[in-house]
Amino acid sequence: MLAIGLSHYLTVGAILFVLGILGIFLNRKNIIVILMSVELILLSVNLNLVAFSAQLGDLTGQIFAMFILTVAAAEAAIGLAIVVIHFRNRGTIEVDDVSTLRG
Amino acid sequence: MIAALSFYLFAAVLIASAVMVVTSRNPVHSVLFLILAFFNAAALFLLVGAEFLAMILVIVYVGAVAVLFLFVVMMLDVDFSAIREGFQRYAPIGGAIGLVLFAELIFVFSSWTFAEDAAGLRLNPMTPGVDNTREIGRILYTDHVWLFQLSGLILLVAMIGAIVLTLRNKPVAKRQDIGKQVSRMGSVNLRQVRSGAGLAETGIERPPVEAPPAPTRVEHHGGGHH
Repeated sequence: MLAIGLSHYLTVGAILFVLGILGIFLNRKNIIVILMSVELILLSVNLNLVAFSAQLGDLTGQIFAMFILTVAAAEAAIGLAIVVIHFRNRGTIEVDDVSTLRG
Repeated sequence: MIAALSFYLFAAVLIASAVMVVTSRNPVHSVLFLILAFFNAAALFLLVGAEFLAMILVIVYVGAVAVLFLFVVMMLDVDFSAIREGFQRYAPIGGAIGLVLFAELIFVFSSWTFAEDAAGLRLNPMTPGVDNTREIGRILYTDHVWLFQLSGLILLVAMIGAIVLTLRNKPVAKRQDIGKQVSRMGSVNLRQVRSGAGLAETGIERPPVEAPPAPTRVEHHGGGHH
């Protein structure tokens, strides 16, 4: 119990991942919280990669985690920019309202 | 002992703050709990020996991404009470899907082993005695330098994309008109300058200045001040 191994980290990562998925379902209308849930999911993936990296003594997992961090930052910037212009155009950030492209 | 206890502490706070991110009523509180979650994840990274990623997580996520979220949440004037509708409605299906996913992950955990020669298959094995940051830097700038440059390109594209998306064309904004600049005649000349000649010989060439309009005569009514 007191020896922390890979499985502890994997469990925390799995719980975090499930919470992120749950957040996407619970906040169906608020796109900002959906973006935050995506950040949580990516954080859990990073946690898994770092845990495996430490367990195996292989640094590739940490390199992967760094690239995931980069992409997550870019995704957050673009996503929030899209939220801002959508709010400017429509006055709401409800996801159900985003139907302009439907034709 | 200390490491185990701190692992449980940080993991518990991480999961609790993740729950609060998801279920919080006010998105500002969500962002603040997200910051707390990032701090605790950084502590978990520290415990497992990935110091560089822990610091990067604090700097990039807490310092940039979470602040960006906070900025957007506070800047947009959204009626968050109306947006909360449907929270109860989607809770059962979300919980069901979460449970199914968690059960799948449990199954994966229980029926999974390392490869026999996992130690031999390592791509970048850690060398004992070399600290984490130095080793990551060595790998990143030699073996994965193209990926590193590519991630820089991704960030550049994201930056330009965010600027282009949010830029508004206000009529009062002054923009550079390159075509107008290139086709500008008269005020810019090409001149053959003798080499070695300084400004004392050639003089400073200034564009011809249009004469200011002649002052118009102001008519005086009567006299005196008003």
